[in-house]
Amino acid sequence: MFTVFKTILGRDLTLAMRRKTDILTTFFFFVIVISIFPLGVGFDKAMLQKMAPGIAWIAALLASMIALERLFASDYEDGTLEQMLLSHQPLIIIVLAKVFAHWLLTGLPLVLIAPLAGLQYHLSGDEVGIMMLTLLLGTPILSLLGAIGAALTLGLRGGGVLISVLILPLYVPILIYGAGAVSTSMEAGSNVQAYLLLLGAFLILALFFTPWATAAALRIASE
Amino acid sequence: MKINWFKYSAPSNFYPVIGKLIPFFMFFAIVLSIGGLYWGFFQTPDVLSDQKQYYRIIFIHVPAAWMSMWLYAVMVGWAVIGLIFNTRLSYMMAAAIAPTGAMFTFLSLWTGAFWGKTSWGTYWDWDPRMTSELMLLFVYIGYMALQSAIDDTRRADQAAAILSLVGLVMLPIIYFSINCPNPAECSSLHQGSSTQQIETNILWAMLVMTIAFWAYAFAVIFMRVRNIILQRERHTKWLQNLTGVKA
Amino acid sequence: MILKIQNLSCRRGDRLLFENLDFQIQSGELLFIEGHNGCGKTTLLKTLVTLRRPDAGVVLWDKQSIFKLADEYRQNLVWLGHYNGLKGDLTALENLRIASVLNGIDASEEALWDALKTIGLYGFEDLPTTVLSQGQKRRAALSYLLLTKAPLWILDEPFSALDVRAVDMLQAIIAGHVEQGGMVILTTHQEVPLTSGQVKRLKLAA
Repeated sequence: MFTVFKTILGRDLTLAMRRKTDILTTFFFFVIVISIFPLGVGFDKAMLQKMAPGIAWIAALLASMIALERLFASDYEDGTLEQMLLSHQPLIIIVLAKVFAHWLLTGLPLVLIAPLAGLQYHLSGDEVGIMMLTLLLGTPILSLLGAIGAALTLGLRGGGVLISVLILPLYVPILIYGAGAVSTSMEAGSNVQAYLLLLGAFLILALFFTPWATAAALRIASE
Repeated sequence: MKINWFKYSAPSNFYPVIGKLIPFFMFFAIVLSIGGLYWGFFQTPDVLSDQKQYYRIIFIHVPAAWMSMWLYAVMVGWAVIGLIFNTRLSYMMAAAIAPTGAMFTFLSLWTGAFWGKTSWGTYWDWDPRMTSELMLLFVYIGYMALQSAIDDTRRADQAAAILSLVGLVMLPIIYFSINCPNPAECSSLHQGSSTQQIETNILWAMLVMTIAFWAYAFAVIFMRVRNIILQRERHTKWLQNLTGVKA
Repeated sequence: MILKIQNLSCRRGDRLLFENLDFQIQSGELLFIEGHNGCGKTTLLKTLVTLRRPDAGVVLWDKQSIFKLADEYRQNLVWLGHYNGLKGDLTALENLRIASVLNGIDASEEALWDALKTIGLYGFEDLPTTVLSQGQKRRAALSYLLLTKAPLWILDEPFSALDVRAVDMLQAIIAGHVEQGGMVILTTHQEVPLTSGQVKRLKLAA
């Protein structure tokens, strides 16, 4: 079982390395969105500080969603998804490996670039730390939940827009607690631990339950 | 008398039966709405004061909000039955419920906005209930969008069923998170519904309106499900015999 | 080992493709599925490999439903569909290695190279499959047949895009598998000469 996980993970990482533009596009999408926001809302320092958590998180939501469209699409088009569905290895492990690879390629870079957003929005070191921590806990949930949407919309015309309609409402809790933790950390004497614990709990729940839904959706899509 | 329920899981048997039921439900929907609204608008006391007649929108607003949630639960119920027993009619029911559910969700938001404008001075506030009702509307829209985006009916039915199930799990979490954006302060939750404190007259009028909405929902959903049957079963013999049209 | 189909009905969209289909296939048999385009050949094959659920009827593998057996049934199965199931950015060798792992075959590097050599991809093992010709891609996909020990092969138009020599070779591979007690179900317009074993035909009428 672990061999399968490792093989699929390695496969998706190799594929991404041979076609780097896909990863870089998501990465720069995130950077560009957070960079143009101040141009629209103004450069007032206090306001930017206040808006930073929400903007960073919404940019992360959108970036993760854009990347999700390709999660299963190319495997669906060339028939390798059929081969995965028919392997007698547990489909859930395969799904987890693919989602993990996807997160390593699109979620983790967002966590690492978060300090840049901190600079642009005048956040303190501690606040940047909290933001990175929430993104570290939250972006895997986005990938796990989003995988359901990606599987449901596989091979459909305009699948990308459809994913956003299906999945964005479901991202609401992650957005509230992810951005909420950073906002709270700006107040003196605040306690962000509760937010982080809750995000952690969501992550565990998502790890256990979403792969089932994704696997079921993949089987339906390949009929 | 013993009724064989499975007999009615075949579209060919279900179609004529609900055709006969639609007029009854329509009749009850109209009579009860007129009765309920008359009762609510003219026969209930002015609980607050003469200037605050606007509270009477409650007779549409609250039943609509209830319906939006119940219909979602019923829709998921049919979707799950479809996933388990692979019965086509269950999926058709689920698909027929979604637009009515979305309509009630929209109605409760719309009436809520007007109520909000008169009592709070604003059409929209990011109140937990309003926000989660808005999310419910988005989930309904997602369900219908997915259903209509897939050409193959079976895949459309099953995919939408999965989505509705995921929505069912997520909606309480969404409600909880909007209700309690700061987890450190979550011990004091939003005040519960206060049906006990309401004047019984008002409560009864609301209940009559709820039954009227149910009757309306049954009538419209049955009409819609008959349309879906007509479309999906157009190649079958029983339907061609019934309508005399060859597809 | 017997694969038994009883009362099978499938619909595509709102249209009934076939109904009340009955047949069976056992060790040492080759089954051709025939019929014109759009009569449901591929739908039938997809049902037999558990990719698609039938609208009515059952498919039994040794008296148990293949959908209940699920992974246990899939162990016995090889499926080659319209698509080759190759990643264009990976080499033939990498593709074959992944296919082996997915199906729990513990193939050595040597065995992988040998399979590709036998199938006629000598010298092309290390190229991304996207630069290969259609016929070579098909060969790369078929190379997996040389590694697998699964008894039941279900192949959808396996001869398409192959040149004469490759067709001969695939015929020999299929015949060899049937002679060793395997079973093959395929759709094709190509005849497969067998020295032993039984050939069955199933005609789907729309």
